[in-house]
Amino acid sequence: MGGLDSKMVLDENGSWSDRIMKASFTGDLEDHPKLAKGFDVKMRIERLTAGYGKRNAITDISLPIIKNRVTAIIGPSGCGKSTFLRCLNRMHEVLPEAFVSGRVTLDDVDIYGEDIDPTDLRRRVGMVFQKPNPFPTMSIRNNCLAGFLLTSKKVRYPEEVVERTLRKVGLWDEVKDMLDRPGTYLSGGQQQRLCIARALAVEPEVLLMDEPCSALDPIATARIEELIHELCSSVTIVIVTHNMQQAARVSHFTAFLYMGRLIEYGDTPTIFTRPKESLTEEYITGRFG
Amino acid sequence: MKLSSISRKLLRIASSKRRFLNSLFSLGVVLSAILVVAPLFIILVSVAIKGGRALNLDFFLSLPKAVGESGGGIAHAIVGTLFMVGTGLLFSIPIGVASGVFLATTSNKRLSAIVRTSADCLAGVPSIVTGLFVYALLVVPFKRFSGFAGAVALSIIMLPTITRTTEEVVRMVPHDLFESAIALGAKRWQAVFRVVLPTASRGILAGFIGAASRAMGETAPLMFTAFGSHFLNLNPFEPVSAIPLVIFNYAISPYEDWQQKAWAASLVLTFLVLGGIIVSRRLVYGRFG
Repeated sequence: MGGLDSKMVLDENGSWSDRIMKASFTGDLEDHPKLAKGFDVKMRIERLTAGYGKRNAITDISLPIIKNRVTAIIGPSGCGKSTFLRCLNRMHEVLPEAFVSGRVTLDDVDIYGEDIDPTDLRRRVGMVFQKPNPFPTMSIRNNCLAGFLLTSKKVRYPEEVVERTLRKVGLWDEVKDMLDRPGTYLSGGQQQRLCIARALAVEPEVLLMDEPCSALDPIATARIEELIHELCSSVTIVIVTHNMQQAARVSHFTAFLYMGRLIEYGDTPTIFTRPKESLTEEYITGRFG
Repeated sequence: MKLSSISRKLLRIASSKRRFLNSLFSLGVVLSAILVVAPLFIILVSVAIKGGRALNLDFFLSLPKAVGESGGGIAHAIVGTLFMVGTGLLFSIPIGVASGVFLATTSNKRLSAIVRTSADCLAGVPSIVTGLFVYALLVVPFKRFSGFAGAVALSIIMLPTITRTTEEVVRMVPHDLFESAIALGAKRWQAVFRVVLPTASRGILAGFIGAASRAMGETAPLMFTAFGSHFLNLNPFEPVSAIPLVIFNYAISPYEDWQQKAWAASLVLTFLVLGGIIVSRRLVYGRFG
């Protein structure tokens, strides 16, 4: 009896796992009449469960990714944000002992379908990593063209691709006179923009960003955020971030993950000002995580 | 008053004992360090003094003369060593690099443990046993000593070094780079051959040079395989000479001129081997490695 009492005192809303279970979002846009109007769904995630070995990293997540908008995935460390992101371009299965179940569609086609070649999919769904990592043996120019060089695909006008993508990420004026220098010659923020250019060069429809600013200083971060803003008119962006201010600044929609489950999803202003779930509110106001 | 003066005295005794022990151990450590460096230094100096006398350009460029005639060199042995080490590398590089990449990238723990342990055991097999094995395999059936058999013996000796250094340097390449290549739509082999291996190329090359320079000094495996010859022999299926074989044969000969030449050949071999090791260390650790 005493144990039960103290638990009640600790957590008046019920046990954590109960609250997480109750909060799980169904993922149907129709549940959100406000969202359903006027938006195209680029990717739809249905009952996605994934993990390594016997351990689930994410459980039963359903979520739409709205076309040409920025969707932020927030949550404390180890909540499955990166795993979720890696399931969207089938990078998850590259790791040993990884498993995935559920459905992920891109333009209403199941990306885990049997006739889908993951390498083709990854050209349509690009990815930017946490640490800036231009290929050290390639020049700035070849880093931009890496998506073609690595896969032996021919580029008609390589110089045009290089200039266009570098302009897109605002790097052209800074590097146009040293395109033959190694990519690692640049500063951290420039390297990250080069990595974004590298991902954009193959003209993906969706761009996944896994904490793209966590290794950068505030000024470089601001530039990347600006860039995300500019890019989202032509590319659908999903960004994982630790930084809640960043999520609030750059995203149109936010999904809050906790312990591998989706707690709440909605448009960013609502999530940050009037969240439905007490867990979301507690995380956003910094009471845990 | 009395008590504190006693304790102060005790303290002083304890601290002088501590200082004495400290200097004793420091001395011990320095002496051991000198003992490590001294043998190398003594060997280098004595080889340089005794070998330097017989060393001239002719020594590198001409063939041995008959006993009693002065002059002559070991061109046949230099060519033989380079031929056998070079041919050996042709066998051991593809196998060694492939197995090293396998060890570094596979998720099959059982198989990789077997391969890794085998490589380590192979490295531990006495080189004379390797020589005997190749003797039984390639010399006995063809009833002929040959440079080819010597090359095979050296390739077996170089193989584990190349495998393990390749594994180590490939492991040092950040996993991020591999994943970035995959995320750009590259297949696994494309990511390995076009990003991971080029990034690790300096270290892999260092492995080749290190393995080759150690193999250059091996005598035992060549005694039953290449056997040695007094002539410049370009036919790989005939007996071939090598620098360590010349040293062995000349050093145990009764002629003073030949003994001189053995020292000179030792000098050449020592510098080849040390040079190779220094170059390979520089490739790995940079200028001051």
